[in-house]
Amino acid sequence: MHRIIALLFLIILVLPASRSHADTTDDAYDELSASALAISPSSFDSVRQGVEQLAVSGDPRAAVVIGALHDGMLFARDDHLLFIQQPDGSYADARTGVPAKDVTDDDVKSVRVNNAVRSAIDAALGSLQLFAPDAPTRLQAASAVFTSHDPAALPALDKALAKETNPEVKRRMEQAKAAALLSAPDVSQADRLAAVATLRARGDQDSRSLLSALAGQTGPVADAASAAVVSIDHVLQIWSLAQSVYYGVSLGSVLLLAAAGLAITFGVMGVINMAHGEMVMIGAYVTFVVQQLMHAYLPSLYGISLLIAVPMAFLVSGGVGVVVERSLIRWLYGRPLETLLATWGLSLVLQQVVRSLFGANNQQVDTPGWMSGAYQLGGLTLTWNRMYIILFAFLVVAALMAALRYTPLGLRMRAVTQNRRMAAAMGIRTPWIDALTFGLGSGIAGIAGVALSQIDNVSPNLGQGYIIDSFMVVVFGGVGNLWGTTLGALTLGIVNKFLEPIAGAVLAKIVVLVLLILFVQRRPRGMFPLKGRAVEA
Amino acid sequence: MTLDRTSTITLVAVMGAALLLALLNQMTAVGSAAHVPTYMIALAGKYLCFAMLALAVDLVWGFAGILSLGHAAFFALGGYAMGMYLMRQIGTRGVYGNAMLPDFMVFLGWKELPWYWHGFEWFGFAILMAIVVPAALAGVFGWLAFRSRVTGVYLSIITQALTYALLLAFFRNDMGFGGNNGLTDFKDILGFNVQADSTRSALLVISALLLCGQFLLARFVVDSRFGKILIAVRDTESRTRFLGYRPESYKLVVWVLSAVMAGIGGALYVPQVGIINPSEFAPGNSIEAVIWVAVGGRGTLVGAILGAIIVNFGKTWFTGALPEVWLYALGAMFIFVSLFLPRGVMGLFRTRQTKEPEPPAVAAAHEVTG
Repeated sequence: MHRIIALLFLIILVLPASRSHADTTDDAYDELSASALAISPSSFDSVRQGVEQLAVSGDPRAAVVIGALHDGMLFARDDHLLFIQQPDGSYADARTGVPAKDVTDDDVKSVRVNNAVRSAIDAALGSLQLFAPDAPTRLQAASAVFTSHDPAALPALDKALAKETNPEVKRRMEQAKAAALLSAPDVSQADRLAAVATLRARGDQDSRSLLSALAGQTGPVADAASAAVVSIDHVLQIWSLAQSVYYGVSLGSVLLLAAAGLAITFGVMGVINMAHGEMVMIGAYVTFVVQQLMHAYLPSLYGISLLIAVPMAFLVSGGVGVVVERSLIRWLYGRPLETLLATWGLSLVLQQVVRSLFGANNQQVDTPGWMSGAYQLGGLTLTWNRMYIILFAFLVVAALMAALRYTPLGLRMRAVTQNRRMAAAMGIRTPWIDALTFGLGSGIAGIAGVALSQIDNVSPNLGQGYIIDSFMVVVFGGVGNLWGTTLGALTLGIVNKFLEPIAGAVLAKIVVLVLLILFVQRRPRGMFPLKGRAVEA
Repeated sequence: MTLDRTSTITLVAVMGAALLLALLNQMTAVGSAAHVPTYMIALAGKYLCFAMLALAVDLVWGFAGILSLGHAAFFALGGYAMGMYLMRQIGTRGVYGNAMLPDFMVFLGWKELPWYWHGFEWFGFAILMAIVVPAALAGVFGWLAFRSRVTGVYLSIITQALTYALLLAFFRNDMGFGGNNGLTDFKDILGFNVQADSTRSALLVISALLLCGQFLLARFVVDSRFGKILIAVRDTESRTRFLGYRPESYKLVVWVLSAVMAGIGGALYVPQVGIINPSEFAPGNSIEAVIWVAVGGRGTLVGAILGAIIVNFGKTWFTGALPEVWLYALGAMFIFVSLFLPRGVMGLFRTRQTKEPEPPAVAAAHEVTG
C-alpha cells in the first residue's frame, strides 16, 4: 500500500513539470484532490504544491477554492473530485461552483492542512490578489509581496506582470519582484544588480532595510547595494526634512489662526486682550452646539455643519467682543497694564460661564468624512484635516487683509488707529469703529476656534493653551503687521518642529520660548516693525 | 528712617496676630474655646508667604513700573530649594528606604544623586540656594531685558513666557525634581517634625518676622535716594535717562532684590504647606499675585500685604463655601479693581500723607512708546 502511494506521488510530482501551462489548472485540482485522500505526512507536501500551482494558474475559481481550504471547507471524494461545503451544509463542485446535490457528508473527507500548507495558503491568497480585477487590490497585493519578499511569490508575480496594464501597479509589482529576487537563491548576478537598481529607485525605508542586509556581503551586488543604501539615506533625509517642514507649516497655521485675531486687537488696536483665548474657546463651543443642533434637526446637512459653524462662531465671538469692548475695554484705553488685568479677569469669568453651562469635561466635536484620511505624496503623509486647516488659515488671513484693505470699514479702522483725532474730525464715529474692530478680532478668534475644535480637546481650558503662543507670534512678527504675523507663525511652527526630533516636544517648546525671549531683546518690535509717526502716536 | 503710621500699624498687626495665633495654639488645650487649630496656623503662615510674594511684586510694579507676570517663578524656585533640603532630610524613612536617593528617583531607577542635588542636605546651603537661584535667574533675565529696553506689556508677556517655560521644564521627570508630583511627604526641618504643632507655630512666627523684615527693607529702599530715582524711572523712563541716570541698572537691582524676596517667601511656604510641584509655576499664579497687589493698592507696600491676605482669605472661604463661585469672584475682582479701584483698598483710606503715585494712565502712555 505504501509503495503504491509513493509511486502515485512520484507521478504527480513529475507530471506538472512536463505539461504545458494550458492545463495546469486541471493538474492543480487533481493534485489537491488526489493528495487530500492520502494520510501520510508527505501528502501535505503535495497539497502545498497543488495550492501553489493553483495560485499561479490564473483560474478564476482559484481564490474560492484556496479560501475554502483556508477556512476548512474544502472536501474531497474518493474519485478525486473536490467539493466546497456551503454555509448551509450542502456541497458544491469546487471546479465549477455548481451545487452538488447528491454529495453527502459520508461521501467526502475534509482536506487537512499543516503549518507548511497554511503558509502556502497565505502566500497563495496574497499572490491571487495580484490577479484581482480591481487595481487597488492588486496594488495592495503587490505591496504585501514586497513586504514579505518571499521568493515563492516569484512565479505568480511573473505571470501577473505579463498581464498587468496599469503602470502604477506594474511598477509596484516590479519592485516586489526585485525584493523577492534578492531573497531568492540561484539568481544571476545581472538580475540581482537590476533588482538592486529597482529598489534604489524606490528609495524608501523598506527598500533600505532590504538593501542594507545585502550590503554587508562582498561582491559587485553588495557594492551596488551599499551605494544604493547611501543614495536612499540621502533621499529619506530629504523626505524627512519635507515632512518636518509640513508639520511645521501645520503647527504654524494653527498658531496663525489663533494669532490672527490678536493681530487685530493687540496689533492694530494695542489692546492687551488676555481673554483672546476664551474667544477661541467660545468659537469651538459654537461648533459643538451647531453640530448638536444639526444632528437633532437637520441630519441631512450634518456633513457641512463645520461650514455653518464658521459664520456662527464669527458672529457669536464677535458679538461677545463688541459687548466686552463697550462695557470694559473702552474705559481702559491708554492703560495697558490695567487692560491686561481686567481681561485676565474676564477670561476667568468666561471660562467659568462655559464650565457652568457645558460642564468641565471635553465635548465631542466630530470630524466630517471629507476631512478625515490622508494623502500619500512620495515619502510624505499629508492628513486631510491638517491640509484643510492650513488652507483655512491662509484663507482667513487673506480675507482679513482684504477686509482691512478694501472695505469701507477697513479704511475707517486704519484711519482711527493711525490718527484717532483726525479720523474723528473727518466724521468717523471712532467709538463705534473701536467696538467693531475689537469685534472683528474676536470674531476671527471664534473662527479659529472652529478649526481648533478639529484638532484639540473642546474644553473650557482650550483657550489658555494658545494665549501665550499667540502673543509670542504677534510680538515676534511685529505688532500691527499681518504679514509679520503670518511669517512669524510659520517660522515659529517650523522651528518648533525641527527642534522636536532633536530635543523632544517639551524641550523644543522651551527652547523656542527662550529663543523668542532672546529675539525680543535684539528686535524689541518684532521682525517687521512699523515705521513712521504712527508708531509713536 | 522714620516709619509713617500706616507702616507701623501694619508691622504691629502682622507680628501681633502671628504671635497671638501661635500662643493660642500652643498654650491652650485642644477643644477649649480659645484654641486655634493647627490647620489655621498653617493657613496663616501660607498667607504671610503670599504676602512676601505680593510685596516683591509691588516693589517692581508699584515703584519701577515693571509688571511681572512671572514672579511666582522666583517664589517656586525658592520653594524647590527648600523642598530639596526637606527631601534629603527624609533619608531612610522614605517608601524605598534609600538613604541617598529620594523616593521618586528610586522609582525612576536612578542610581546616583544628580550633581545639582549635592549640598542640599545642609540647611544653610539650601537657604543660600533659595536666595542665589532666583537672584541669578532674575539677574540674567533682567540684564537681557532691561539692557535692550524691553518695557511695558512686552516685558510682561516675556516674563509670562519665562514662567511658562519653567512650568514645562519642571513637569519633565528627567529634570530630577519629581516631575508632575513635585516634592512632598516631608518629615523633618532642622530636626523638628514639620507636622508638629510647635513647628507650625514657630514657622508662622518666623514667617511674620521675615515679612516684617522684608517690609522694612522695601520701605527703606523706596524711601532712599535710590527709590526716588526708581519712581522717576517708573513715571518717565526716557526723561530719567536724559538726566544722566541709567534706568536699566536701577531696574536690574530692584528686580533682583524683588526676586530674592519672592524666593524667600517660597522657601518658607514649602514646609508650611508640605508640598511643592510644578503647578506653582503656572502663569495664573503669577497673575493672581498681581491682583493681590492691585486689590491692596499698587505702590503702597502696605497694600500688597493687605491685598494678599484679603484675597487669599476670600479664596479660602469661597472655595470652602461656594467653590463654583470663586472663579467668578476672582474674575470680577480683576475687572472691578481695574475699572473702579485703580489705587486698591489703600486708595479708599488715603491715610498716607506722601503723594500718591501718578494715575497709571500717565505712566502707561510712556510704557507703550517705551
